[in-house]
Amino acid sequence: MTSTTTGPADRRDARKKPERPSPSDGAGDQFDRDDLPTPRGATRTLLMSLLRPHRGRVAVSALLLLIQQAAVQAGPLLVAYAIDSGVPAFRDKDYGPLIAVAVGYALCSAAAGGMQYAFIRASARINQDVLLDLRGRIFRHAQALSVDFHERYTSGRLISRSTTDVESLRELLSEGLQELIGIVLSFVSISLVLLWLDFGLGALAVLSFAPLYLLVRLYQQRAGVLYAARSTAIAAVIVKFAESMNGIRPVQAFRRERINDRHFEDLNNAHRWSNGGALLEMARYVVGSRLIANTAVAGIVLWGAYRVASGTLALGVLAAAVLYLRRLYDPIDRLGMFLNSYQSASASLEKIAGLLAQTPSVPETSNPRELPALTGEHPGREVVFDSVRFAYRTGGEVLPRFDLTVPAGQTVAVVGSTGAGKSTLAKLLARFYDPTDGRVLLDGTDLRDLAVPELRRGVVMVTQEAFLFSGTVAENIAIGSPDATREEIEQAAKAIGAHDFIAGLPEGYDTDVRKRGGRISAGQRQLVAFARALLANPAVLILDEATSSLDIPGERAVQRAMDTVLHGRTAVVIAHRLSTVEIADRVLVMEHGRIVEDGAPSELIGGTGRFAGLHRAWRESLA
Amino acid sequence: MPEEHAEPKDRSTVRSLLRLWPYVKPVRKRLFGAALIAIVASCIGLVIPLVLKWIVDGPVAGRDPGGVWLGALYLLLLGLAEAALFGVRRWMVARPLAGVEAAMRADLYRHLQRLPVAFHDRWPSGQLLSRGTTDLMLVRMFLAFPLTFLLVNGTTILIGFIILLMQQWTLGLVLLAPVVPMVILCSVFETKYSLVARKAQDQVGDLTTVVEESVLGIRIIKGFGRHRSQALAFRALSQRLRSTELGKARLLAGIWAAITTIPELAIGAALVLGTVQVADDGLSAGTLVAFLSTALALRWPIESIGFLLAMSQESATATERFFEVMDVAEEEDDTAAADGRAPKDAARQGEMVFEGVEFRYPDAEAGSVPVLSRIDLRIRPGETMALVGATGSGKTTLTALVPRLHEATAGRITLDGRDIAAMPRKELRELVSMAFEEPTLFSASVGENVLMGAEGAGEEDLRRALAVAQADFVYDLPEGIGTQVGEQGLSLSGGQRQRLALARAVVGRPRFLVLDDPLSALDVHTEALVEAALRQVLEETTAIVVAHRPSTVMLADRVALLSEGRITAVGTHQELLRDSAEYAWLMSGATSAQEGAFAEDAFPDPSDEDRLVPDVPAEKGRTR
Repeated sequence: MTSTTTGPADRRDARKKPERPSPSDGAGDQFDRDDLPTPRGATRTLLMSLLRPHRGRVAVSALLLLIQQAAVQAGPLLVAYAIDSGVPAFRDKDYGPLIAVAVGYALCSAAAGGMQYAFIRASARINQDVLLDLRGRIFRHAQALSVDFHERYTSGRLISRSTTDVESLRELLSEGLQELIGIVLSFVSISLVLLWLDFGLGALAVLSFAPLYLLVRLYQQRAGVLYAARSTAIAAVIVKFAESMNGIRPVQAFRRERINDRHFEDLNNAHRWSNGGALLEMARYVVGSRLIANTAVAGIVLWGAYRVASGTLALGVLAAAVLYLRRLYDPIDRLGMFLNSYQSASASLEKIAGLLAQTPSVPETSNPRELPALTGEHPGREVVFDSVRFAYRTGGEVLPRFDLTVPAGQTVAVVGSTGAGKSTLAKLLARFYDPTDGRVLLDGTDLRDLAVPELRRGVVMVTQEAFLFSGTVAENIAIGSPDATREEIEQAAKAIGAHDFIAGLPEGYDTDVRKRGGRISAGQRQLVAFARALLANPAVLILDEATSSLDIPGERAVQRAMDTVLHGRTAVVIAHRLSTVEIADRVLVMEHGRIVEDGAPSELIGGTGRFAGLHRAWRESLA
Repeated sequence: MPEEHAEPKDRSTVRSLLRLWPYVKPVRKRLFGAALIAIVASCIGLVIPLVLKWIVDGPVAGRDPGGVWLGALYLLLLGLAEAALFGVRRWMVARPLAGVEAAMRADLYRHLQRLPVAFHDRWPSGQLLSRGTTDLMLVRMFLAFPLTFLLVNGTTILIGFIILLMQQWTLGLVLLAPVVPMVILCSVFETKYSLVARKAQDQVGDLTTVVEESVLGIRIIKGFGRHRSQALAFRALSQRLRSTELGKARLLAGIWAAITTIPELAIGAALVLGTVQVADDGLSAGTLVAFLSTALALRWPIESIGFLLAMSQESATATERFFEVMDVAEEEDDTAAADGRAPKDAARQGEMVFEGVEFRYPDAEAGSVPVLSRIDLRIRPGETMALVGATGSGKTTLTALVPRLHEATAGRITLDGRDIAAMPRKELRELVSMAFEEPTLFSASVGENVLMGAEGAGEEDLRRALAVAQADFVYDLPEGIGTQVGEQGLSLSGGQRQRLALARAVVGRPRFLVLDDPLSALDVHTEALVEAALRQVLEETTAIVVAHRPSTVMLADRVALLSEGRITAVGTHQELLRDSAEYAWLMSGATSAQEGAFAEDAFPDPSDEDRLVPDVPAEKGRTR
C-alpha cells in the first residue's frame, strides 16, 4: 500500500531467525514461540485479497475525498475573489459578485460536509466488509484445521488472532484509508503546484522527499520488529489470562493467586515494554520527520528569499510557495500515524497469514463420494481398518500396522491400559486424525473420500470431556442435529435419562447453561453429550470414556438406551469400566497399539487371558 | 449467544473517565507536562508564519541578502525547537502510558482471580478477556490523544477566538454563533454514540466468547461435523457487529458533516459581512484577510473535536466495562468475626464438622429450594468419609464449600473446631487440599503443576506424590518432570491429568483432603494401584471423597448419602447397602430382581451372577 517494495515477510527473513535445532520437534518450537511460518509475501497477498473485491468502492471513496478536499480548498480562492472583485463591485452597488461569493461559500461548505458524510459511510462499509471477511476466514480456517493443530495452538492464541490482531487491522482501515488517500492527494497536488510556481523551488521540495523516504523505510524496519514482538507479547498475556479464568477453581483452591500475579506481571511487563518501545519508535519518527521538514522549509525559504532579494524571483511567487510549503509537510505526522497503524496491522496480519497458511492435516475431500445406501434393516455400517499405521508428526508411533473389521451392527468394547492406543483408534475412526499408512473404510468407502456431513451421518464420537456451549440446554442437544424439533430433542433426552434433571432446571430445556440456575454437573453434562449423540443418529457411534462421570444408575440408563435406541448400529465403546462390556458383542484388548485379545465377552471371561484378569478385578471392585 | 450484560449505568462520559484518575495519578505530571509542551509546540507553529511575514516584509522587501540569512536561521531554530518539543512530548508519555495500560490489566487480572467462583460461573472468559485487551487499549489511546488534544485544541480555539474578537468583535460574534447548536449537536451525538459504542463492545465480547468456545469445544464440533453451522453462527454474530459498527459510522459521519459544515457556513457569513464592512470602509482589507486566516487556522482544531469526542466516548464505555468488573466486590476475609480465636481444642484436632449447612447460589431466585440444606455431618479426625449421591444431588457443591470456593449461606463448617468462615482464606486453603472432578493443568512443567499443591514441598515430596497417584508415566515424558504441560505444552490424556491433579492434592500431606471423584478417568488396573497407595495417605488425613463407584467408596471408613441436597443416611458401606434402597441402587444400578435379570442377560455366566446382587455382602468386606 505504501511505496515500499518489501513486505513484512521479507523483513522477517532479514531478521534471520535461528535455525531450528532438530527437525523432529521443530513444529513444537514454532508453536511454543507463537511463530508459525508465514510464506513469503503471504501477508501482502492476504491484504490484497481482502481489499480486491472492494476496488471499485475504494475508488469511489477516493473520489468523494477528492471532491471534499477541492470544496475545502476553494475557501481561500473565494476570499481572494471577495476582496478583489466583491468589494469594488459592492461600492458600485453591484451586489452580484458578493451574492456569488455567499452562494459559492454556502455550496462549498455543504459539499464539504456532504462529501465528508458520504465518505465516512462509504469507507465504513468497506472496512466492515473487509473485517467481516477476515473474521470469517480466520474462524472458518481455524474450524477446518484438525484436532491435532488445536491441541497445540492454544485457544488463547486463536482468540488473540481473531480479536486484537483483527482490531489492529480495523484501526488501519478506519483511520488509515482516509489518511493514506489524503496524504497522497496533498503530496501530489502541492508538489505539482510548487513545480508550476517555480521549478527550482519545487524541485528542491521534491528532493526533500528523499531523506523522508529513507526515514520512513528505517522506521518501518525498526517498528516491524517491535510490533511483531508486541503482538506475540499480547498473545502470551491472553493465554495466561484465559488459562487462569478457565481454571479459576484450582487457582483459588491452591492459592495460586499471588504466584499467578507474578507470572502475569512478567508477561504483562514484557508487553508493556514492547508497547512502550513501539510508542518511542513513533516518537523518534516524528522528531526525525519534523526535523527534515522544518530544515527543508528553512532551506527553501533561504534560497527563495535570496533570489527575491537578488531580483531573480517574484515576491508573490515566494509568498505563495511558502504558504504551500507549510501545507506540504503537514501530512507527515499523519503519515506517521498511518505507518503506525500499518506496521501494527501488518505484524498482526502476518500472524493471521501464518495461521491461514496452516493446512489441515485432515483435509476435506474436493470430490466427495457418497456412502452406499443402507440395505439391511438395521442402520449400522461395516468398519474396516485396512493396514492402518499411525505415528504422531513428532515421530512416536502409536499404532503399528493394524487390521480390524467390525461388521455392521456389532458393538465392540475396546479395553486396555492407558496409552495402549484405544483413543487413537477412536480418533482415527472419527477421522480426527488420518492414518499415517493404510485406510479406514466405512462400508468400503475410505473416510477421506467423505464430505463432512456425509461422514457425520456415518460416524459420531462422544468423548469424556463434555463441553457445553453458551446457549440453552436444548440448543446444546440440538448440536447433534440442528433441524431437530423440540419433541425429538426431548425424546433423545428421555431415552438417555437426562430428561428429569433438565425438566428440573428453572426454565427446563430453555435454561441458559451459563445463567441463573444453569449449573450443570459433570455427570449431567455427559448425559447432555449422549443425548446429542442419540439425536445425531449415526451409523457408527464411538464412545470414548463417555460415562466416566456418571453414577452407576446413570451409566446403566445409558447402557439400556444404547441397547435399545442404538440397536443395530455399529458401536465402538472405550471404557475403563468394564460394565460397558455388558452391552458388547465383542471385546478387544489392546496393548502397546496391538490387539492382544479378541472375542465375545463370555468367551474371554471364561478364558485365562488378560481380560479375564481385568474382569475379575473389576468384579471385585464392585464389591 | 446474547449475554446478560450488566445494565449500563447512567453515568456521563466525563464521570466515567474520571474514574481513571487512580491509574493516571502516578503519571499525571508527565501527562500534564506533555500537554503543556504540546501547547508550546503549537504556539511555535503559530509563530513560524509571523517569522515568514517578517522575512517577506523586512529583508526581502528591503533587498537585504544578509538579513535573509538571519531570518532563515530563526526559521531553522524554531523548526528544530518544534521538532524537539514534538519528540519530547511523545517520549514523555510513551512508557508511562504503556505503564497505565499494564497496571490496569494487572489489576484486572489480580481482581478477577480473587472474585468468587460464582462470578466466574456467570461470566464467560471471553467477555473478561475483551475487557483486559481491547478495552484497555482504547483507554491508553484516550490518554495519549483525546485527553491531550482536547486540552491543546481547546486552548488553541480559545486563544484563537480571543484574537478574532480583538481583531473585529462583530465578525467574531458571527463565528461564535454556531457554538450553541454545535454544543447541542455534540451532546445529542454523545448520548447516541455511547449506546452504540457500548453495544459494539459487548458484541465484540460475545464474538470472543464464540471463538473461545469453538476452540474449547472443537472435538464436539468436529465430532458432529458442525463446523459449518458454527461458522454460520459466528457469521451471524459478526454481521450483527458489522451493522452496529455501520450504525456507529452513520452517527460519526453525521457529526463530522455538521462539524465541517456549520463553522464553514459561519466563516462564509463572516466573509460576506466583512466584505460589506470593507466596502463601507468600516474595516481594512488586511484585517479581514488576517481575521479569515486565523479563522481558517482554527478549522482543524474544531473539526478534530468530532473524532476526539468519539474516541473519548468509546474510552468512557471501555472504562465503564472495566470498572463494571472491578466493582464486583472481592471476598473479604472476615477474621474478626465469630470464633476466629476459638480455643484450640486438642480433642477436635483434625475434625471436620458441618453444622446445619445450607447453600443456595447467590443469584438464585428468592424462595427457590436451596441446593444444600440442613447438612449435619461430623467427620472424625483421620476418618475418610465417602460422599455418595445421584447425579446432580449437590456433591460437588458440598465439596466446594470446604475450601470456601462457595460460601455456605447458613450454618457453619468447622475444621479443628474452628469456623472456616472466620479463617483467612489463605490459611484455610493451606489446610485443605483438593482434587477436582475436572483436572486442570496449568502451562508449567509437570513438577510445578504438582508442587503447586504445597508451598515448600521438595523433590522427595514430589516423587512420593507421583508414586501415590501412580503417575510414573511422567518420567517417560520427553523431559521427565520438567516437561511442559497445560495450554501451552504437551496435551495429556484425561487419566494422566487426573493422576497429576491427585498428586497435586496429596503432595503437601494436607491435614484435610477433599477429593471430587478423583479416579473416574482411570482404568481398573491403575485405579486399584492408586487406591492401594491412596489408602496410606488417607490414614493420616481427614478426608471427603466424592464417589460414584463401590471401588472408590472402599477407600472410605464411612459413607454419607446425599439426596436432593440433604444427607439422608450415614454409615458404613455395608450398613447402607442393607438399610438404604437408594444407596443400593446407586451402587449397583439395580432396584429389583428385574434389574438383576438385565445383568444376567449380558453375562450368561451364572457363577458371576450373585456378585451383581447388591444385598450380598462383598467377600472382602473392606471396612477399616
